Amino acid sequence: MHIPDGFINAATSAGAGAFTAGGLWYSVRRAAETLHERQAPLAGLVAAFIFAVQMLNFPVAAGTSGHLIGGVLAAVLVGPYAAVVCLAVVLGVQALFADGGLTALGLNVLNMGLVAGIGGYLVFAGIKRVLPKTAASVSLAAGLAAGISVVLASAAFTFEYVIGGTADIPLGALLGAMVGVHVLIGVGEGVITAMTVGAVLRVRPDLVHGARGLTLVRAEPAPVAGGQS
Amino acid sequence: MRREARYFVIGGLLVAAGLAMFVSPFASGSPDGLERVSIDQRFDGTAAGHALEGSPVAGYGVRGVGNDRVSAGLAGLVGTLVTFGVGSILFGAVVRANARRSAGGRRAAAAEAGVAESG
Repeated sequence: MHIPDGFINAATSAGAGAFTAGGLWYSVRRAAETLHERQAPLAGLVAAFIFAVQMLNFPVAAGTSGHLIGGVLAAVLVGPYAAVVCLAVVLGVQALFADGGLTALGLNVLNMGLVAGIGGYLVFAGIKRVLPKTAASVSLAAGLAAGISVVLASAAFTFEYVIGGTADIPLGALLGAMVGVHVLIGVGEGVITAMTVGAVLRVRPDLVHGARGLTLVRAEPAPVAGGQS
Repeated sequence: MRREARYFVIGGLLVAAGLAMFVSPFASGSPDGLERVSIDQRFDGTAAGHALEGSPVAGYGVRGVGNDRVSAGLAGLVGTLVTFGVGSILFGAVVRANARRSAGGRRAAAAEAGVAESG
């Protein structure tokens, strides 16, 4: 899903970069408002975990692999705005590994951060609403939304390619090919996301942003109220 | 951070580093979804070389390490730790900056309220 340099023309890449920079700036502001300073290492861990798991390409069809994007995983764990920042950090570090083009960095943060992260989180919130309020529902909603988020990101790429692609590929063929293979990758994304969210919910449900408001957190002494804010 | 959350972060980091070091060398090397589509639709040739191709960790391998799996594992470890460092420092900085800003805002509001009351 990492767009290299050369796929999308400079003007479209620059436009997407400007849009993404605005979205990233807003996300940083919102994340800073919603996170506590003590949660900074946790958000850093989420980014590091996504970096690591993005390296684990799994086969999805003959001669084709996929890997986690992690937008929904990050959004369910630390919130959608912090998720965008996490993905931006991951993609920025990956540039040092020559993965994902530098001029395409804005496009990649757009697709994997804003579209998969915030878009996927909206899907997660919608699915969670219709499910019973249990820990299993949070994991299930996260998994389903994660799978859908991969398809959303692949559709976003197709849209960008139609605007600024450097080769003339028919829209229908490109959309069909992108969505087709990313449905398969989405299954892997969904399984990894549901398993990871489920594992964190078992160990520290209080650290899962997407499980807030559910009374599934084990009985613990109430935190000292009124200290901050 | 509460004590046990610190343990959670340390434990999570060990899991991430373990995956990057010991599992990533065995990950599939096949083209990913986008690469596959670009090959099938015949636009893979439009991809330009990466500006940081000369990086010592380009292509998820540490330059100079002969064994491919060791090289990939080390690159994974470096990337995981760098991502954690950059992420936690960045998040810490923006959260602290926001706290300072809102504290300043509260002081200004309190001062204004004081003026309004006395006036």
